[in-house]
Amino acid sequence: MSNLSSAERSTAPASPLLSVKQLRVDLPVAKGTLHAVRGIDFHVERGEMLCLVGESGCGKSMTSLALMGLLPRKAQINADCLNFDGVDLLTVSERERSNLRGSRMAMIFQEPMTALNPAYTLGNQLCEALRRHQRVSRKAAHDRAVYLLERVGISAATERMRQYPHQLSGGLRQRVMIAMALMCEPDLIIADEPTTALDVTIQAQILHLLRDLQQEFGTAIIFITHDLGVVARIADRVAVMYAGEVIETASAQALFHAPSHPYTQGLLRCIPTPGKTLPGSRLQAIPGVVPSLIDKVEGCAFCNRCDQADQRCHTTPPLQTVAGGHLSRCHFAHQLANPATINAQEVTL
Amino acid sequence: MSSAAIPRDPLALELCALSKTFTLGGGMLHKSRSLQAVKDVSLRVPHGQVMGLVGESGCGKSTLAKMLLGLTKPSGGDVLINGKAIVNANQKALARHIQPIFQDPYSSLNPRQRIAQIVGLPLRIHAIGTAKEQAVKVEEMLDMVGLPKRAAQQYPGQMSGGQRQRVAIARALIMRPDLVICDEPTSALDVSVQAQILNLLLDLKDEFGLTYLFISHDLAVVEHLADRLAVMYLGRIVEEGTREQIFTAPRHPYTQALLASALTPEPGLGVPDIGLGAGQPDPSRPPSGCAFHPRCPMAQPECAQQAPALSALDQNNQGRVACHFA
Repeated sequence: MSNLSSAERSTAPASPLLSVKQLRVDLPVAKGTLHAVRGIDFHVERGEMLCLVGESGCGKSMTSLALMGLLPRKAQINADCLNFDGVDLLTVSERERSNLRGSRMAMIFQEPMTALNPAYTLGNQLCEALRRHQRVSRKAAHDRAVYLLERVGISAATERMRQYPHQLSGGLRQRVMIAMALMCEPDLIIADEPTTALDVTIQAQILHLLRDLQQEFGTAIIFITHDLGVVARIADRVAVMYAGEVIETASAQALFHAPSHPYTQGLLRCIPTPGKTLPGSRLQAIPGVVPSLIDKVEGCAFCNRCDQADQRCHTTPPLQTVAGGHLSRCHFAHQLANPATINAQEVTL
Repeated sequence: MSSAAIPRDPLALELCALSKTFTLGGGMLHKSRSLQAVKDVSLRVPHGQVMGLVGESGCGKSTLAKMLLGLTKPSGGDVLINGKAIVNANQKALARHIQPIFQDPYSSLNPRQRIAQIVGLPLRIHAIGTAKEQAVKVEEMLDMVGLPKRAAQQYPGQMSGGQRQRVAIARALIMRPDLVICDEPTSALDVSVQAQILNLLLDLKDEFGLTYLFISHDLAVVEHLADRLAVMYLGRIVEEGTREQIFTAPRHPYTQALLASALTPEPGLGVPDIGLGAGQPDPSRPPSGCAFHPRCPMAQPECAQQAPALSALDQNNQGRVACHFA
């Protein structure tokens, strides 16, 4: 539908679609400065699904808002490199930024009821997304909206176009959000916990749909979630975040089969998994809590919760390569990556 | 020490044909409609067991919990706790036997009270012991839920989500109830903290011989904790059985779909195509016959005509299912 294919748009097709180096986000708060994102590196290839996983407060949402240029005004953003397909997102003007947003990068939020405007019909909102960025006729925009609504599994799409968001269930609203994100065929979609508010059967349907559409349209997706079950099923690559840092990056297979950071290992051990954890048995919880990011964190941020930590951990660990494309920010990454060590730690039934 | 009566009845909780109908709307211009949130629910929970209750939003599980706690009056049927009907029981007497733990520890604790006041409130209401004795009990209880001594003087706002949920658990257990209604107790928590709270709930259950009604939408959590499971869909129980039955041989197509949509952390399996239609039903306009039939991959014409009864699978009443084809 769009006038340009992504190959024609891009200046250097071989480079990653998005590359982020040493991204930092600081927020002034009452007690000082909250270091929400503390120097993270990652990249997204064209057409790939990258999952950003982490618990609340780890900086995953701040990262996505920084990429979209939607951070609160007071926030300070710094990076060595924040490059989206040849465009430097740090120096881009507000006008160019707003041209990118919606047309080449789109966002799907967790709560579709607050992201959709209650005062406009779905048709209005869907078409606006396209007509804001491209010179297309009302009719063409309408047709594309109907096509996409059908494509995301909404029946009677033409009638739905005249409905308002409150007339739809949560699952349908999230489908509308996905359709809206796809209106301009963006190169990158950032989906921030898009299925967390939904029931499990609806979640499975939405994820299935997202995976299908991603493959069909070749869209790259940054999928932000805290649910490791979701990550395992949809991710090509995974970046695990903890206390404002990316602590491990790997392919989904490598991350789940050979986790190489104590935090990732702990996360995988503490979720009840059918066939792995005995019902009614004690789960291996990670002790303690996430450190405050208001003060400066010295050394490894995980060291006070880590059972492997020694005096080395008071110095900041470098990002170490444990295998091709598998990075871990831990002094012991190489020992942890050794499968023999991991098997010994796994819960045996 | 224990204020709870010695259990005379083998069942900690029995629900007999419990129903709740809400009336919606009804003004000058609109005709009122009725919404049957809970329909004809019968359930028996023996002492010391964990009964898991699963189902999607709007299926009536929270309404059910509210009726058990005496917060909502049932439209029909009976709730029996320790063999005694609670319909006319006063709230204060009921609170000694049954206590809730809610989902959101951010909204269920009074932000202006210190933790010691929050946890000790039930003791003050029931006038148990002197102020000094109460303080000792509070301290013991905080210790049992793994909170440090200094927590007693803190406010909820100074605590993390996991710590707040520990406070909520301490408050629920200080009266030594027999039965605890856990309504999504870990849904608002991070996974690493969830494991701590689940461990705590299991420990306290053994320690105090508690019975749990554990409401959750997370099947992995329910499988970990529950001895038996009841699956609800649009106000009815559609299947009930032991954990093994439900997880290894689910009979109802809805249970099967629920299990298929639970995403275990196994890479490479992809997202299952569970084959349910997109349309979630409106609880105020439930479909005819079997409420699940519009989404059911196995539905036959008769499913739209007649609602299947929840019938026992065998004589021992080990499991029940409501489907014409189970």
